[in-house]
Amino acid sequence: MTQFLEITNGGKVRRDTIPHLDFAVFCDHALSIIKNGGKVVHFFAYEDNDKDRVKFLAVLRTDVLLAAGCDAPESYPALTRTCEVFHLFEREIAEQFGIRPEGHPWLKMVRYHENQRQVPDVFGNDYTEDIPGNYDYYRVAGDEIHEVAVGPVHAGVIEPGHFRFNCIGERVLHLEIQLGYQHRGVENLFYTAKAKQLPLLAENIAGDTTIGHGLCMAQAVEALASVQVDEGAKIIRTIALELERLANHIGDLGALCMDVAFLAPANYFGRIRGDFLNLSLLLCGNRFGKGLVRPGGVRFTLDDDIRKTLDERIKELKPQVEHVLELIFSASTVRARFEGCGRVSAKDAQHLGLVGPAGRASGIAYDARRCFPTEYYPHLSIAENAKPTGDVLDRAMVRRDEVLQSISIIQSLIDKPVYTRPVEEGTRTLQSLAPFCFAVTVNEGWRGEVSHAVLTDDFGNILRYKVKDPSFHNWNGLAMALRDTGISDFPLNNKSFNLSYCGFDL
Amino acid sequence: MESILLWLAAVFLAPFFSAVILKIKAFFAGKKGPPLLINYYTLIKLFKKGSVYSKSTTVVFKMGPVISCATALTVLLFLPIAGHAPVFSFNGDVILILYLMGLGRFFTIAAAMDTASPFEGMGAAREAYFPIICEAAMFMILIFFYRMTGALSLSAYFAGTGSLALWQIAGAPLLFIVIAFFIILLTENSRVPVDDPATHLELTMIHEVMVLDHSGPDFALIELGSFCKLFFYAAITSQLMVPFDTGLPGLGLVLFLAGLLIVYMIVGVVESAIARYRMDKVPQFVLTSFALAFFATIITLELIT
Repeated sequence: MTQFLEITNGGKVRRDTIPHLDFAVFCDHALSIIKNGGKVVHFFAYEDNDKDRVKFLAVLRTDVLLAAGCDAPESYPALTRTCEVFHLFEREIAEQFGIRPEGHPWLKMVRYHENQRQVPDVFGNDYTEDIPGNYDYYRVAGDEIHEVAVGPVHAGVIEPGHFRFNCIGERVLHLEIQLGYQHRGVENLFYTAKAKQLPLLAENIAGDTTIGHGLCMAQAVEALASVQVDEGAKIIRTIALELERLANHIGDLGALCMDVAFLAPANYFGRIRGDFLNLSLLLCGNRFGKGLVRPGGVRFTLDDDIRKTLDERIKELKPQVEHVLELIFSASTVRARFEGCGRVSAKDAQHLGLVGPAGRASGIAYDARRCFPTEYYPHLSIAENAKPTGDVLDRAMVRRDEVLQSISIIQSLIDKPVYTRPVEEGTRTLQSLAPFCFAVTVNEGWRGEVSHAVLTDDFGNILRYKVKDPSFHNWNGLAMALRDTGISDFPLNNKSFNLSYCGFDL
Repeated sequence: MESILLWLAAVFLAPFFSAVILKIKAFFAGKKGPPLLINYYTLIKLFKKGSVYSKSTTVVFKMGPVISCATALTVLLFLPIAGHAPVFSFNGDVILILYLMGLGRFFTIAAAMDTASPFEGMGAAREAYFPIICEAAMFMILIFFYRMTGALSLSAYFAGTGSLALWQIAGAPLLFIVIAFFIILLTENSRVPVDDPATHLELTMIHEVMVLDHSGPDFALIELGSFCKLFFYAAITSQLMVPFDTGLPGLGLVLFLAGLLIVYMIVGVVESAIARYRMDKVPQFVLTSFALAFFATIITLELIT
């Protein structure tokens, strides 16, 4: 029997009801939950009101969400040694609060910044030096070993990240990914932001997951301020999240084709991605859905004219999407490239705790829309979409299935009239957040599980705001996929994951 | 005089034909595509620019583009265009041509290695590897031609009624040769499915990655060289495909140009219709050309003796 408290997605709990365990008990219970198939949603440190007390808080998931906290020691035996899913979480805590996980297999900073407590740096870095600072990469030695370093500045117009390949000939033995070049201190911005700035911050954590992060923030604030959202707003939010998924999945499938020089679908999907972005434009005036989701509801109604246009355009796009999908998956040369490329076994995926399409391609059926449904999802049936092999083909197939499912979800939602009272910015501002409370929200963004956790202090101010993008779980999956794969297949694998740099860097 | 004019025309037209491929690819992608003169605009733009040299490079880096362009232009001097005699021709010139192109490649590779960039090193390794297989196939094709004509010069094969005579002697095996030669064309000119000339991903490139550090006029020379090289291969393929010698000089030229256009269009169609092969499957694809040429040669053993 676990001493962790069962909490609900998007529910408010008073902080004193969260079990505050002894550190050893906390570790034991956390590890036993993970060993029984649980996963980490959040594991972070925060400073309680009296500044010299640092506490840990973990939110784990099995079939339910479980939370517990404990006092943070200055150093402790790393949980990663037993359960790999803690790997990056422990590194993040070490970086943010200077708490050393002893025996951590790869204790290295995550984003390259000073810790918040002004205690000696765990990694021994001098942060007055520019990036890339003084830190080591994993090395492989030998006569025929060569190292290829890519980035952080890339040939394409993409985000910055450094990739270090240890190769023997064309074969990759190991890939190490170093990110953090876009660290903006997003979490810290939440503490000083005014209430109406919160949505803007959340929407800009990662531009391609605007709705995903926006939803998480809005739901957390709604939970803490005890605001109810009407049915119409829930439907519109669901439509927006599915449109985001559609545009991105379609873009990814096109990009995968581009990488294997299969031109026609790459170009068609490039165009069709734009068409779906334009549907978001129709919904709220922004192609990425910025400015739509606000705590309390949505800012724009879905009147019958827009609903009809939406329906017409989707009816027109659907056969085109189906046709191009057919073109991609029936081409033998494309399948030859996708099949067996960059395999992540189900076992590895479990150990790394992969989420989203990447996880589902490796046989992990977890989908927050089905497991922890929010908004209108409780009324929808979401398919499992788990695939057996975990190669590029499976990651593409998961996207294909989800594209088709999302189209029918949207079609079913715009079938009948939607009524909502739009939130006017400034007028219906939220009452202050409930003091001394905690809320965690989980949504299935297009990359997987997006989650925000918010703690408030005695006065209803935000004490700790924790953001987690699915990329935080999945970057190591990409590194694993590259093992024993040709280095020339890296771009293909990279696209098949298509992870966020800024969502990770925060 | 006529052959020099033809040579000039070939150099001048090579960029145009390369743009045909872009047009075909754009057509399949449902786009308008760049104008047919795009390559001229690019060349002019590049020649107007200045070059940037890394401090770590030496004179080898600067020689690369000059020599690769010069060899491509020289090779064209030996090419019989539309059945006309080339500027230069002697028995054994095919060997010289092959190794002139090898020389060009050597200096491109040397220039790439000179930058000490890990990408360019990788590209150089790939560029050095695939043409080795190509060379085997190329020599098989030469053996075939030598058996047919008893000569070792391009003009003996393709000038005048040469290519028509080849079809009359060994039509069926020559079909194999055409296909084998087309595969070599795709490989040597870094086209899909061997390489992707349009990619910007430095880890997957072969030829493009080696010239990443070249800029301005140097890069223009490389581009011009590769247009000429593609023209050379396409012209030979065209002459094999359209061997008719009408006796009318104008008509011959028209037929030749039509054949050339068809070859470039086929390249464009191939690039649009199939995805690129995985790097480790490329040697198998290139070896196919060797197998075809070998088979064709075996068949002709019967015919001649």
